[in-house]
Amino acid sequence: MSRLTDAHVALANEIIGRYPRPKSALVPLLHLAQEQDGYITRDAMVHIGELVGVTSAEVYGTATFYEMFKFEPVGKYVVNICGTMSCALMGSEELMHHAEQRLGIKAGGTTPDGMFTLEHAECQAACTEAPCLQVNYRYRYRLTPADLDELIDDLSAERLTHEIPPHGTVAKVRQHIPSHRGVGVVAPELVTESPAWLNGKAAL
Amino acid sequence: MTSSYLHAPGFIAGDRPKIVTSRFEYVDSYKIDRFIATGGYQGLRSALSRPAQTVHDDVKSATVLGRGGAGFPAGVKWGLTPQEVWPRYLVVNGDESEPGTYKDRLLMERDPHQLIEGCLIACYAAGLSQCFLYIRGEMAVAQERVAEALNEAYEAGYVGKNILGTNFSVDIVLHWGAGAYVVGEETALIESLEGNRGMPRLKPPFFPAANGLYGQPTIVNNVETLANLPWLMTNGVDAYTAIGTKTSPGTRMVAVSGHVVRPGVYEIVNGTTTFRDLIYGEEFCGGIRNGHALKAFVPGGGSAPWFTSDQLDLPFEGSQVGAAGSMLGSGAIMVMDETTDIPAAALTLTRFYAHESCGKCTPCREGGTWLERILSRVVDGKGTDADLAQLIEVGESICPGDFPHASNEALGLTAVPFPYKMTTICFVGPSAYVPVHSALTLFRSEFDARITKRTMIKVTAVGVSS
Ligand SMILES: Cc1cc2nc3c(=O)[nH]c(=O)nc-3n(C[C@H](O)[C@H](O)[C@H](O)COP(=O)(O)O)c2cc1C
Ligand code: SF4
Ligand code: FES
Repeated sequence: MSRLTDAHVALANEIIGRYPRPKSALVPLLHLAQEQDGYITRDAMVHIGELVGVTSAEVYGTATFYEMFKFEPVGKYVVNICGTMSCALMGSEELMHHAEQRLGIKAGGTTPDGMFTLEHAECQAACTEAPCLQVNYRYRYRLTPADLDELIDDLSAERLTHEIPPHGTVAKVRQHIPSHRGVGVVAPELVTESPAWLNGKAAL
Repeated sequence: MTSSYLHAPGFIAGDRPKIVTSRFEYVDSYKIDRFIATGGYQGLRSALSRPAQTVHDDVKSATVLGRGGAGFPAGVKWGLTPQEVWPRYLVVNGDESEPGTYKDRLLMERDPHQLIEGCLIACYAAGLSQCFLYIRGEMAVAQERVAEALNEAYEAGYVGKNILGTNFSVDIVLHWGAGAYVVGEETALIESLEGNRGMPRLKPPFFPAANGLYGQPTIVNNVETLANLPWLMTNGVDAYTAIGTKTSPGTRMVAVSGHVVRPGVYEIVNGTTTFRDLIYGEEFCGGIRNGHALKAFVPGGGSAPWFTSDQLDLPFEGSQVGAAGSMLGSGAIMVMDETTDIPAAALTLTRFYAHESCGKCTPCREGGTWLERILSRVVDGKGTDADLAQLIEVGESICPGDFPHASNEALGLTAVPFPYKMTTICFVGPSAYVPVHSALTLFRSEFDARITKRTMIKVTAVGVSS
C-alpha cells in the first residue's frame, strides 16, 4: 500500500510538466496521493520521490510542513472549526464544545466508526460569517449548535455526498492545458532573451 | 442602499463605485459567457493594442497599491527587476489567511476571469513569461472556480500560445497549498512553490523582484491587486485616480467582522472612508450589535495594533493609519464590543501566530509559544504579576524598542508610528506580541483583575454574553 495508480501517474506527469523544475509539483502530487488513499502513505511518498526525482526523505520533509497532509487514516469527514478572533468573538468555543459532546471525541480525535475527525482550525477567510467551519474544506457559515447537529445528522446519513467528497479530495475540477494551446516550459537557464512582445507592440 | 447577495456570502453591495466587484450581482459571474457579456477581456485587448511599456507606465501613474498587506505600488515593484535578466515570473498570492481577512477568496470564487485577465495584463506589461497562481489549500471552491475558468480561457484563446492572435504567449499554472499561514509571506510562497517547506527567506538578499522563483526575478502580487488591472485598462488612469485620494486611489475590499450589526465584505472608496463610516454607517455595518458600545477594534488584520473609539475618524489611508500607530494591512477590521473579554480575545490571536510559526527564528518559535502559554495561564485565572512582566519581556525580545501603538487621551499615550523593529525574519514573530501589547497597554486593568482575584474564571465564549 499504496503507490499511485496508473491513472494518477498519468495525471502526476501532466502536473509535473507544467513546472520548469519538477520538484515544484510536490505539494500537488501529495494532494493526489491523499485523494487516492485518504491520507499520505509511505509508499506514496517513495513513489512521488521517484516521479519528481528527489529522495523520499525530501518528500517527507515537505509533506510534514503542511497541516492538510495526514500520515494516518482520518475520518471520512474532517470537521475543522475555526477558533481565531472573529469566530471566537461570535461563539466558536461554544460550538467546539458542542461538537466534542455530540461526537464524543476531543478536538484532534476521530470517532470509532471512522466517520468524523474533529479539528480546531485557524482563520478560514470567512470571518464575516462567524462562527464558521469546514467539512473536508467546504464551508458552513454562522452556525448555531443546532445547525451543527443538523449537519452531523446529514453527514452521517450520507445526504451531502453530492457536495462534499470524502476526505482527501479537495477540488473536484482540475486544470488541463490543451497541448495545442499551452506554451510549455523552458528551464530558466535556457532563456537568454526578453519575451518577444516586449519589443514593440503585440500587434493585435 | 445596501444589498447582500446570497450567492456571494458576506458580500454587501452599496451605491458606491465598483472596480473589482461589479459582477458579483450575477449568480453566474464566474462563467466565461457572463464575463465576456459584461466587458470581460476588454482590458486585455486594450493593453495588447499598446506597447507593453505604456501599459506598465499606466499602472505606475495610477498608483495601484498592493492589497496584500504592505501597500507597495505595483507599478513600482514591477520596475525593480534587474535589467536584462530573463525569464521573469509572476506569482499570484491567493493564500489569504491573515486573521480577519476575507476578500481574495470572494474575488477568486465570484470572478476568476477578472483575476486571470489581471494576471495577463501584468505579464504583458512587465515581460513575465510564466504565471503561477497559488491558491490556499483549504479553499476547495476557489480552486474549482479558477481551474474551470482557466480551462475555459485556454479553449477560448485568452491564455496560452499567441493570445488573441498576437505574439504575446503566457501559461497560467494553477498551484495550490496545503495549509500553512506563513506561506502567504512572499518568500515563503516561493519556497513552497519550489516544493520545499514554506519557510521565509532572509531579505535582503532575497527580494523576489531580484531573486525569486528558481533564483529568477519574480513579481509577487496579491489577488485583489491584480483584479484591479482590467478595470484600469478599460477605463483609463484618469477614471481610476478620480476615485479615492491621490495617495490611495481606487477602492479597497474590506471585511468587517465581530460585534457589528451587519458584518460583511464591502468595496469601499479608498483613502476617504473612515472607520466610523464603516462601523457605524447605515450603508455599512450599521453600528455595534444589541446597542452596545465599542470597546476596541483591530484595523488591518490580526497583525495590526489595536485602535479604540479615539481613532474612529481616521480615514482608510495607509500613511495616516501608520502615523497613528497601526496599519491597514489586508483590509480586515475586527470589532469588539464592551462585553468582550479582552485577555481572552488577545489570546485567540497570539495562539494563532504561535501556532503558525515556521520555527526558523528562535525569538518567534520560542517567544511566540511562551507568550501563548503565559497568556493562557493568565486567562485561566492562574497567572501572577510576574507573568505580566514576563509577557512584556518576551515581547521586547521579539521586537525591541518602542512598540507602535495609538494615542489614547485617557491613558495619556501619544502615538508611536507603525512599523516596528524586530529580531525575526518575518512579521509572524512580532504579530504574536501585537495583541498582547495592545491589550495590555489599553486594558491593563482587565489583566490585573484576573490576577488579583486568583480564582478560576471559566471562559466559555469570548464576548458572547450580551
Ligand atoms: C506572515 C505574512 C503573511 C502574509 N500573507 C499574505 C497573504 O495571505 N496574501 C497576500 O496577498 N499577501 C500576504 N502577505 C504579504 C506578501 O508577503 C506580499 O507582500 C504580497 O503578497 C505582495 O502583493 P501586493 O504587493 O500585491 O500586495 C503576507 C506577509 C507576511 C509577512
Ligand atoms: S518570524 Fe516566525 S514564521 Fe517568520 S521566519 Fe521567523 S520563525 Fe518563521
Ligand atoms: S476568524 Fe474564523 S474565519 Fe476568520
